[in-house]
Amino acid sequence: MSVDKATSNQPQTGVRSPAPQPGDPLAIQVEDLRKTFRIPTHRVDSFKERLVRPFSAPDFRELKALDGVSFDVRKGEFFGIVGRNGSGKSTLLKILASIYRADAGTIRMAGRLAPFIELGVGFNVELTARENVVLNGVMMGLTPRETRRRLDAVIEFAELEEFAELKLKNYSSGMLVRLAFSVMLEADADVLLIDEVLAVGDAAFQQKCADAFHEMKERGKTIVLVTHEMSTVEAYCHRAMLIDGGKIRQLGDPAETGREYLKLNFERGVETGEATGGAEGARLLDCWLVDGAGERTTTVEQGEKIRLRAEVEVEREASGLGVGFVLANADGLGLFEFGTPVTAADGSATIPAGEKVLVEAELENPLAPGRHFVHCGVQSDRGGGVYLYVHNALDFVVFGSAQTKGIVTIEHEIEASVEPKGGEER
Amino acid sequence: MTVVAPDAELREVHGPSALGGGWRRFFDLLWLISVTEFRRTYFGTVFGYLWSLVRPLMLFGVLLFVFTQVLKIGSELPYYPVLLLLGIVQFTFFQEATTNAVTSVVAQEGVVRKTQFPRLVIPFSTVLTALFNFGLNLVIVLVFVLAWGVDPTWTWLLFPFAMVVLLILTAAVSAILSVLYVRFRDVAIIWTVGAQMLFYATPILYPLGKEGLANPTIEKFLMLNPLAVIFEQVRVWVLEPNAPTAAEAAGGALHLLPALAIFIAICTFAVWIFNREAPRIAEDL
Repeated sequence: MSVDKATSNQPQTGVRSPAPQPGDPLAIQVEDLRKTFRIPTHRVDSFKERLVRPFSAPDFRELKALDGVSFDVRKGEFFGIVGRNGSGKSTLLKILASIYRADAGTIRMAGRLAPFIELGVGFNVELTARENVVLNGVMMGLTPRETRRRLDAVIEFAELEEFAELKLKNYSSGMLVRLAFSVMLEADADVLLIDEVLAVGDAAFQQKCADAFHEMKERGKTIVLVTHEMSTVEAYCHRAMLIDGGKIRQLGDPAETGREYLKLNFERGVETGEATGGAEGARLLDCWLVDGAGERTTTVEQGEKIRLRAEVEVEREASGLGVGFVLANADGLGLFEFGTPVTAADGSATIPAGEKVLVEAELENPLAPGRHFVHCGVQSDRGGGVYLYVHNALDFVVFGSAQTKGIVTIEHEIEASVEPKGGEER
Repeated sequence: MTVVAPDAELREVHGPSALGGGWRRFFDLLWLISVTEFRRTYFGTVFGYLWSLVRPLMLFGVLLFVFTQVLKIGSELPYYPVLLLLGIVQFTFFQEATTNAVTSVVAQEGVVRKTQFPRLVIPFSTVLTALFNFGLNLVIVLVFVLAWGVDPTWTWLLFPFAMVVLLILTAAVSAILSVLYVRFRDVAIIWTVGAQMLFYATPILYPLGKEGLANPTIEKFLMLNPLAVIFEQVRVWVLEPNAPTAAEAAGGALHLLPALAIFIAICTFAVWIFNREAPRIAEDL
């Protein structure tokens, strides 16, 4: 398990390896998959209740989690699945991973599969790291002997040699995550199913994950990744699939799927009241980042300027309209707030209904590597007019190799020199 | 260092099941989990194993006192104390395995809901862990057996056969209980009472035959209980060749058929219900 050092400092965009061609063998073939959950409105969970009401069939409502999903994944492909919460993507993953059984449809798969629905779920905290690694390996389908042979490599990769005999309950969460990730890499399965694991850990760990994924791609592993994070999809995936309401809404180019996903988010965002405050009167149509060439992007290199764009539609005439943004880091900590008043083309402060406002902002980027969010607010000067607030209107990743403990990099001068010898001790 | 794995063929994925992912993986997992659990319980602490002995031995001590000194039931039988101990140790295995199995699948919720874990491993591992424990306890029993001057006979060789039957029964009951508990949470309470009743419905405290119970009608009824058949046969094979065999107690070999039928029914029901429920356990939790 040697991670090629040369790749580790490269920006993680554009590392997509050549996409498998249509002639390549299939790794996963899914045909017309259906799954309906019956959600009891009144749960009967004891014999007593059954006996008391023996003939009343329990009431339930049906929830179609997957409604005829078909797709193929080719061998060596990095396949992304995105979708909002409740879209059915986790159900799909769990069916692929043989945790749930589909009601109808077939799944065919080539080779051994290792599912990672969550890092370290198979761990027993009462056992030592060593025991857990063996157990997990066997769970992934290795023989106990194979697992024991790989044990040292796993512990070493996780940098936990000194703690191998320590029970997991005494581990820090960081150590746990390292161990889990290491186990996952070591499983050496042909098909990997990964759910949101990239979202865990600090920047250094994310970098390590990124390197590891890169290596897996090189080795021709088939990877299915389920995530919320469009930047990851665009950086790694050959193809991406957007699921909504149990159906495939978009399947193909990751950037295209990403845009569709954003659109979906905004449509729903306003509808479902993610925008707070009763009087909206405005709609955030889109919010995105562009790179130096004006192309859409979801990543920004450390130190490079952040170019933010947003499009707002005014639905109700508003005076003294202002658009503002809050830049927040992955912990939800607001870092910086900025905004601007909006004036109409004729210079008046009143914006008629139906106008679209394009906001362009350019910011210095002192942000540390990691995931960041932009919240967007639109407000008119007097109450009762327009008020819109969209939480997480945009998320993006600042990448770079300079590891820092802080959340920002501040321009600074610092110097250290050795004091001349012979001076009296003070 | 580009390693390209040989192309594997597409194979249909059938979803979660009792065995899930092949026999070898099933047994590897079962063995590993049971051994780890056993080691954790008994080798982690110095007195771990001693503690596990204390419970059956205490029960043995109390019952021995009550039945030989107060009620004077077994005083006629020279081997009553050993018989009592053997019975208690065997029943402890059955009880420990099944009681732990009841909540096992629900307790392993995280594993069941998030990994492709062969479901049957979970209740079976509690059985196997209890079996290890049972093995250690049998060593103590052997010491008692020899100390009481029981003569080894060739029928001792039949003892493992009886234990295999006991193991199968225990595993089947464990599987049924663990999967029912997912749906019906009062199974745990019901089973506490059920196990207690079974204890008394099995000739452990009271030996059968004319020096013991001496009531053919009740003895016939007792022989409906597969556990009673096993225990009585073990008594004949290991301790007292002259004690009534299970067939004698039942009033003829044919009268053992109901017990056999019950045994087969339990095993069949276990296979059926576990296979039926296994794919859905993750959703029902």
